[in-house]
Amino acid sequence: MRRTRDHLTSTAIHTVLIAWTLLALFPLVLILINSLKTRKAIFGDALGLPTGKALSFKGYESVLTNSDFPLFFSNSLTVTCVSLFFILLFGAMAAHAVSEYEFKGNTLISLYLIVGIMVPIRLGTVALLNLIVKLGLTNTLTALILVYTAQGLPIAIFIFSEFLRSVSREIKDSARIDGLSEYRIFFEVVLPLVRPVIATVAVFSMIPIWNDLWFPLILSPGEETRTVTLGVQQFIGQYTVKWGSVLAALSVAIMPVLVMYIIFSRQLIRGITTGAVKG
Amino acid sequence: MNTKATEPGRTKRRWYILVFLAPATLIYTIFAIYPIIESLRLSLYTAGDGQASFIGIANYLKLLGEPYWADQFWNAFKNNVVLFIMHMLIQNPIALALAALLSIPTLKGTAIYRTVFFLPTLLSVVVVGFIWQLILSPLWGVTPDAMKALGLGQWFRPWLGLESSALVTVTLISIWQYVGIPLMLFYAALLNIPEETIEAARIDGLNGWWIFWKVKLPLILPTLGLVAILTYIGNFTASFDLIYSIQGGLAGPDFSTDVMGTFLFRSFFGFQAQLGDQYMGATVASALFFIILVGVGCYLFGVQRKLQRYDS
Repeated sequence: MRRTRDHLTSTAIHTVLIAWTLLALFPLVLILINSLKTRKAIFGDALGLPTGKALSFKGYESVLTNSDFPLFFSNSLTVTCVSLFFILLFGAMAAHAVSEYEFKGNTLISLYLIVGIMVPIRLGTVALLNLIVKLGLTNTLTALILVYTAQGLPIAIFIFSEFLRSVSREIKDSARIDGLSEYRIFFEVVLPLVRPVIATVAVFSMIPIWNDLWFPLILSPGEETRTVTLGVQQFIGQYTVKWGSVLAALSVAIMPVLVMYIIFSRQLIRGITTGAVKG
Repeated sequence: MNTKATEPGRTKRRWYILVFLAPATLIYTIFAIYPIIESLRLSLYTAGDGQASFIGIANYLKLLGEPYWADQFWNAFKNNVVLFIMHMLIQNPIALALAALLSIPTLKGTAIYRTVFFLPTLLSVVVVGFIWQLILSPLWGVTPDAMKALGLGQWFRPWLGLESSALVTVTLISIWQYVGIPLMLFYAALLNIPEETIEAARIDGLNGWWIFWKVKLPLILPTLGLVAILTYIGNFTASFDLIYSIQGGLAGPDFSTDVMGTFLFRSFFGFQAQLGDQYMGATVASALFFIILVGVGCYLFGVQRKLQRYDS
């Protein structure tokens, strides 16, 4: 009796989970398969697979030749990687300072540094644009990197310092007895220690940067400095009638994220769950 | 607490602390804090003859008093409230339910489910917006055909294009995408509950359903509070990206999907005949700042304090 009931419950649970899985995947699969089809097949048989006569790479051809997508990609990649590097390095340094040393105003500066989690930087857009214009940084990737670094630091400092406070002091103290300078302690002892939470911080800061539309649109809308997100937005705005190209552009924007996610999803999700537990 | 490293520094200045703090503090102050404070200041000025002139709270009176501004402001505010309530009533319960199912220890295949559920969250809002726009489009016909197959053909409408349904449709798209974030937070909190607590409840004769309501849910209340405030902040600021990419800066049809983000964008940069005005832009942004401040205040003083009782 009990066995069959357990079996039923487990079937019901899997049904619910599979239903949401299909709902989550269906739109993406639909776009990916149709991006490889002829216009006729896109409209005639949207759910069919891109095989035989229906197969066509026209969309991809027009996206990759008639547009600057490779450039947009390298822009997005540069902005995301450089911002992430600064967020991780400067964030870990600041978190180390507030969690390791006792000094006057420690609590105050910790609070100051994490208040940005609650107050989105977008609210300062008007003055931020004025500042970027004054610094002569409009339409540069540098502007985006500086803004995203500032935006990502609060949550990074929060997660790092929560984690560092929970780490045993003995390792650092024994390094101190060995005569290591405070700088070497940071780079050789603390940085390797925070490795488990780096994934968490990276995800929390990377996704909003890669996907952001607001700041690229306002600070660097120029052709040369467009990011993928802005590029897709503008490209689709221009070519709404060319379905093959639109679907291909969307697929091109999805694919790198998809590939990265398939490779790193295990670490990434472990990072999020353990990080959230710690925080 | 006294174990902190105080010994080496009492006599000489500990410059390394400054070195560790300086880069983060400088970048954060210049590019995050200063612009926000400066925007608050700008909201008290207006364009004079080549020079900004101080006018006190006149911009705010204009925003709330002049029909042209007040209508847009309250419309956007109301839409944001609808957005927030729908996320709280639909997105977060779905996230909690899925997280509760995923956290059942005997369940197989959780790794795959987790991976898939979080996938839409990673994608750009622009991409997600366009994908759904295509799927719901009467031109392509995927949705009408599917509904016809289910015998619901006559119920199909171009939902994104109708004033009455555009906002709800956009919100459902946003829920589809962002359910992953509260899901992960709930999931992590549920995993964090000690096994002994659940075992004790089981010995008391509670079944899985009641263990969830009586034991697990009270224990993850702090996460519930956190999810609520994150939903609130995201709703007032991040909703711009989705609306702008699906419905454009005018948040059509006829402003029915206008939110504070798109309103801020229009007042700052202008649209059609209306010229952009950085002082009114700063005023809208500052109004948004106070709205968020109220939310965060409620969270910190109300919710947080109430939740702490469960903690101890």
